[in-house]
Amino acid sequence: MPTYTMRVFRGDARRGDFREYHVETAEGMVVLDVIHRIQATQAHDLACRWNCKAGKCGSCSAEINGKPRLMCMTRMDTLAEGAPITVAPIRTFPLIRDLVTDVSYNYEKAKTVPPLRLKPPDPDGRYRMMQEDIDRIQEFHKCIECFLCQDVCHVIRDHDLKRQFAGPRFFIKIAALDMHPLDTRNRTEFAAREAGIGLCNITTCCTEVCPEGIHITDNGIIPMKERRADDYDPIVWLLRKFRGQRPEPA
Amino acid sequence: MSRVLSERRPPIAAAHLRTDAWWALPLAVVVVLSAFIVYSTWAALQNAHYFVPPYLSPFYSPCITESCLHLSFGVGLADFTFPVVGVLSPAFLILWGPGLFRLTCYYYRKAYYRSFWLAPVACAVRDVKSYTGETRFPLFLQNFHRYTWYLAVFFVVMLTWDAILAFRFPDGFGIGVGTLVMWVNVTLLAGYTFSCHSCRHVCGGHVDVFSEAETRYKVWRFLTRLNERHPMYAWLSLFSVGLTDLYIRLVSMGVIRDLRIL
Repeated sequence: MPTYTMRVFRGDARRGDFREYHVETAEGMVVLDVIHRIQATQAHDLACRWNCKAGKCGSCSAEINGKPRLMCMTRMDTLAEGAPITVAPIRTFPLIRDLVTDVSYNYEKAKTVPPLRLKPPDPDGRYRMMQEDIDRIQEFHKCIECFLCQDVCHVIRDHDLKRQFAGPRFFIKIAALDMHPLDTRNRTEFAAREAGIGLCNITTCCTEVCPEGIHITDNGIIPMKERRADDYDPIVWLLRKFRGQRPEPA
Repeated sequence: MSRVLSERRPPIAAAHLRTDAWWALPLAVVVVLSAFIVYSTWAALQNAHYFVPPYLSPFYSPCITESCLHLSFGVGLADFTFPVVGVLSPAFLILWGPGLFRLTCYYYRKAYYRSFWLAPVACAVRDVKSYTGETRFPLFLQNFHRYTWYLAVFFVVMLTWDAILAFRFPDGFGIGVGTLVMWVNVTLLAGYTFSCHSCRHVCGGHVDVFSEAETRYKVWRFLTRLNERHPMYAWLSLFSVGLTDLYIRLVSMGVIRDLRIL
C-alpha cells in the first residue's frame, strides 16, 4: 500500500507551521481519511472540521497542495505519491486551530441579503410556477456552503474587501432570488451598492473550485452584472416601457 | 461583523502552496494574444494585399473609404489623411469595433486580467496590487459590453455578405479554397458573437418568468448551450480571423495559389 508524506498545518492564528506525517494509505482513501488516520495514530489533538464525508455538508474545506478543495472529495490516488502533500486551512478566514477556521463572516453577509417578497397569489389563493421558471435557480440551490468560492476569491482573500464585497456565494444567492418567478424585488441596486458586484473581475476562480459544479460566474455573477447594465440601457428602457415597469427596488 | 473582520488569518507566509504548473496557462495566453495583436496591427498598417477577387480580408471589411480595393457599399467615404502617416488604412476604421467587443468580452476579461494584469495570475496565488475591480473609470466601462455586441452583430452581417460574394469569381460562380476559408471564419465569428453572455441576457436572460415568454425561453436555452462553448469560439474565431487575412494576403501577393474546387 502506498505511503504518503503529508505536510499538515498545525497551530493557531498567532503561530503555526507545517508538520510532516508519513501515512500508509489503502485503496479508495480520500484526504479526510488520511487526516483521520493521522489523528488516530500520530496527532490526537489535530483539529479538523468534518461531518458527512460525502461532499454534501461543506465542512471539510481545506487547501490541498494550494488548491481549495473538500478533503472528503479528494482521492489520494489523484495526488502524486512521491512529493509531500500540503494540507492547509482555508486562508481567507480567521484561524481557530490547525485546519479549522471561523467562517462566520459568511453568515453575517447572508443576513444582509433582502429576502423573497412574494407577489399576490392566484385568485384561488395558491402560488404556481412552472418547471422552466425555476430550472435556472435550482442550480444555485445546490450550494452546500463550503465557502471554497469565498476562500479563493481574490477580492476577499488578497484585498480583504470584506466590508464592501459579499462574495460569489452571495451573488448566486442574490441571483436566485432576483430570478425567482414569484419574487417582486429588484436586487440590482443592492448587488451594486451593498454587495459590491462591481469589484468582481470575473476571473472565475469561484467556478473552478465549486465542488457542486455550479457555474457561479456564467450563470450567477455575469447575469447579475447584465441586469445591472439593464438599468442604463436605453433600448432596455424602451422595451420596458412597452412591456410594463420592473418590480419595485429592494 | 467587526468582530469577524478583526480576527486573524492562518500565519502562512508563502504567496501560494500550489505545486502544479499554474503559470503555464497565463503565459500561453500572453504569447497568443500578443502575437495576434502584433500581427493584426501589422496587417492593418499594410493597406495592401487585403483583396484578391473575390476575397476580402476580414480586417478590411466593410471597406468604406474611396481608396478601398473593394468597396463594400459601392461608394466610399473620403480618405482620412494624416500629416505623418498619410492615408489612414481603412482597417483602422473597422478594427476598433470587433476590437472593443473582444476587449470587453467577459471571457477575454478573465483571460487578460489573469495573464496581463496578474489580478490574480492564477487561483489561490497571491495578488498584491491595489485593486478596485470594475468600479472606476476606465474599467467601469466594461459594463457596457452589450453595446459592443450590437456592433459585433453588424460586423457578422457584413462578413456574411463578403462570404456570399466569395462565390462570385470574375468568370462567374465558383468555389475556391478561399471561399471555404471565409465561410469557416464567419461561422466561427458568428459562434463567438452569438454565444456572448450579453447576447444571452438581452435575448432572454432578463426574463424572470420563462413560462410567460415561450419564444425568449427557447432562444435563451439555445444561446445557453452556445454560451457554454464561448471560450472555445473566442479562441477559434481569433485564430480564424487572423488566418483568413493571412490566406488572402498570401494569395494576393502571389506566394500561394488559390485552388478552385468548382
